[in-house]
Amino acid sequence: METLIQAAYLIAAALFILGLKQMSSPVTARRGILWAGAGMVLATLATFMSPQILDSDQVSVNIGLIIIAIALGGGYAWYSGKKVAMTDMPQMIAMYNGMGGGAAAAIAAVELIKASNEAAHDVTGSATVADMLGADVAVLGILGAIIGTISFSGSIIAWAKLDGRLNRSKLLPMQHVINALLAIVTLGFGVAIYFTNSLDTIIIFYLLALVLGVFITVPVGGADMPVIISLFNALTGLAVGFEGYVLGNAAMIIAGIVVGSAGSLLTQLMATAMNRSVANVFFAGVGTDAAAATAQTAARGS
Amino acid sequence: MIEGLAAIYIFMLAGFTGYEIISKVPVILHTPLMSGSNFVHGIVLVGAMVALGIAETTAQQVIGFIAVLLGAGNAVGGYVVTERMLEMFRPSDKKAKGEDS
Repeated sequence: METLIQAAYLIAAALFILGLKQMSSPVTARRGILWAGAGMVLATLATFMSPQILDSDQVSVNIGLIIIAIALGGGYAWYSGKKVAMTDMPQMIAMYNGMGGGAAAAIAAVELIKASNEAAHDVTGSATVADMLGADVAVLGILGAIIGTISFSGSIIAWAKLDGRLNRSKLLPMQHVINALLAIVTLGFGVAIYFTNSLDTIIIFYLLALVLGVFITVPVGGADMPVIISLFNALTGLAVGFEGYVLGNAAMIIAGIVVGSAGSLLTQLMATAMNRSVANVFFAGVGTDAAAATAQTAARGS
Repeated sequence: MIEGLAAIYIFMLAGFTGYEIISKVPVILHTPLMSGSNFVHGIVLVGAMVALGIAETTAQQVIGFIAVLLGAGNAVGGYVVTERMLEMFRPSDKKAKGEDS
């Protein structure tokens, strides 16, 4: 069974890559999404057979919860994706992308909490998260958690801005200095998770990462949002790839990293198409109302 | 399972693959392709299912449930939106897409 599941993941990964390749040409683009969709269905069905899930103590409860969650999340996304106007597509991409980042962060949370719990009850009394997971899994898990969480809250802000629910582009004075400090503190808590077994550290770490995602995105002007969404798209891919390593899931690693690198390049191409650099998109709108106004006008224009 | 050097090779080759498949894309396909790659990282659903499937405590089940909920939203929503965008690339009205970004 394990071999069959791995084979299904391999075929799914190949379908994703071929699908994306076809989506990069107008003639074959429509076939591309069908192929990628087939890969997703295959991988999802195969996962229901996974021995990891079937051997769990609470297998019937957990499988029931999985089906309910897929029905609710998928149903809502299907409904909202079908009825949204064509011009509102970019913010829907932002929202679905944020959901993916949040899912990656939540996977990391389950693994980290489980490890901290086991470490706290370890006989030696001084075991850490890293001891429980192993250094490589702990590092990639924590990195995936921070990237996924930033992508989650950042994408929600991007959605709110594009949807006209949030118009301000300044939160605090010296936003970039604060962002840099916040990023350092968040990373510090990430390191602290690695070396301790404290649940509080994990919770504070996630809260800080959530705020960081908001702070990074709020100053960006409306017209630049597609570039930012593309960047968060790449970041989510990276987070998914890292969490794929944590779970030992090859399909997640391949699909995630392919999206991570393709998304990074796409971000650059989109910025270039607007005669901007990615750094300029991030830092230009800040502090200067003129730049923000130009961005707003451009947003109306497009 | 997948460890050490083998994982690094997978990371490296997947990175090159992603770069290569995007390198010659026309501007009108930027947004659909972003949407398409957004769908592809919906594979996180599979990981979320495993995370919920192996959950032992109620707290883990709650977080795992949220993970599956969000992952399913990513996968399904990404598919629907991409499919609708690419509807516009039927051979007859290929130019209707214009320069939407």
